[in-house]
Amino acid sequence: MTAHEIFNILKTKFGDALIETKLSAAGGSASIGYAMQMWISIAPDKIREICLFLRDDSAMQFDYLSCLSGVDYNNGTLGIVYHLTSMVYKHKIVLKTYCTKDNPHIQSVSDVWGTANWHEREVFDLFGIIIDGHPDLRRILLPDDWEGNPLRKDYKVQEFYHGIKVPY
Amino acid sequence: MGLLDQRFENGNVFITSLDNLLNWARLSSLWQMQFGLACCAIEMMAASASNFDIMRFGVIPRSTPRQVDVMFVAGTVTIKMASRIKRLYDQMSEPRYVISMGSCATCGGPYWEHGYHVLKGVDRVIPVDVYIPGCPPRPEALLEGIMKLQEKVRRESLAKKRAQEV
Amino acid sequence: MLTEFGKAFIFILIGGFFVTLGLLSAWIFRPHRPYPEKNATYECGEEPVGSAWIRINVRFYVTALIFLIFDVEVAFLFPWALVYRQFGLFVFLEMAIFLFILFIGYAYVWVKGDLSWDKPKPQIPTINRTIIMSARMESVTAFEEDEDNECME
Repeated sequence: MTAHEIFNILKTKFGDALIETKLSAAGGSASIGYAMQMWISIAPDKIREICLFLRDDSAMQFDYLSCLSGVDYNNGTLGIVYHLTSMVYKHKIVLKTYCTKDNPHIQSVSDVWGTANWHEREVFDLFGIIIDGHPDLRRILLPDDWEGNPLRKDYKVQEFYHGIKVPY
Repeated sequence: MGLLDQRFENGNVFITSLDNLLNWARLSSLWQMQFGLACCAIEMMAASASNFDIMRFGVIPRSTPRQVDVMFVAGTVTIKMASRIKRLYDQMSEPRYVISMGSCATCGGPYWEHGYHVLKGVDRVIPVDVYIPGCPPRPEALLEGIMKLQEKVRRESLAKKRAQEV
Repeated sequence: MLTEFGKAFIFILIGGFFVTLGLLSAWIFRPHRPYPEKNATYECGEEPVGSAWIRINVRFYVTALIFLIFDVEVAFLFPWALVYRQFGLFVFLEMAIFLFILFIGYAYVWVKGDLSWDKPKPQIPTINRTIIMSARMESVTAFEEDEDNECME
């Protein structure tokens, strides 16, 4: 199933939740190889519903979350990117959601795919996006008393951590 | 409880030859605490393997700090790891030495500028005796670092106060 | 002049002397600088959590106990085996009765289950999603029959 078909199915079912998409690759057919460049952007309050549909629907069967990453777009917006793969039908799709820096809340998909558990903890740790509904939201890479979220564009490293000088 | 520990202010012949004997014994059996953290650990393993063989220097890897003389800090030290290194260094018994292997352990290495969680040099938490530069240093460089440490051990004395006193 | 025991005694003395020499010279030369962080319990660099006195499964004790009993039995068997022929049937039957009593004990331990080593029960994880197995099996057979590696294109 190509990305266009997946998009059409999603559009008929969840029309209002899809914000924008990028579905045409420059000079290429919409085969599986180009699917990774095409993304579908979802409103943040519908992401969990759409992910459940994508996992359980008999034609979609996206049972493998390949990757979940956070993004800082440097204009006051943060986001999460989901790379989904279907081991049954061998198709792939990319989803994106957004949230603002003032109110960084995104729903959790960790009960949809188990992979998301630690990936969402990493997003919380490094970007500060609070994942609602996550069973165990705490820092995963940095120590628990670290100040700040390092992968944000406006991050300043702290001077001292427990008496150790942090910058060079 | 050492009988002759810190008793002699002036050396004499007996002490000198005793020093030689003791230092020779200590430098010929520098047991190491294997502390491979990152890529330098691979070079440390290569040095332990048959081609370069640090065991001919008497360096045997042990996993517990209680039985070792030297800790090779091989690899990038993160700040989360730094407190563990300090605790392990505290649990080593005297005479103890530290060899900082590779540029990450010496000065933060390639992560010196943007690495927010990298400890810029392990000497920010523990005292280091020998620094080995390289990214990673070749096994021959590690062997030269061990030999430099052996020269340092050879110069030690029961009579003189050692630098690292708690 | 010296008995055999005397020679063994000389050996013991020399052995003890070497051990004492090693420990004494270590005591003379070693530094002794204890401080609280050095004397802390080793837990791979972390702060030690909880007590080091943990409860160990009783199967180790049971195994050691059973071994001890039958080892002592074997220790009795060795001298008997060397001399029983000189003494006739009575001595043979005496040892047979001894072995029989111990065999009853062995059978009891076996039936009670004390000889079995507890194996942990593996927990098979359960998945709570609906995979359409027919479609999955189709894709698996398609992959196995795909000889020209078309799936990689």
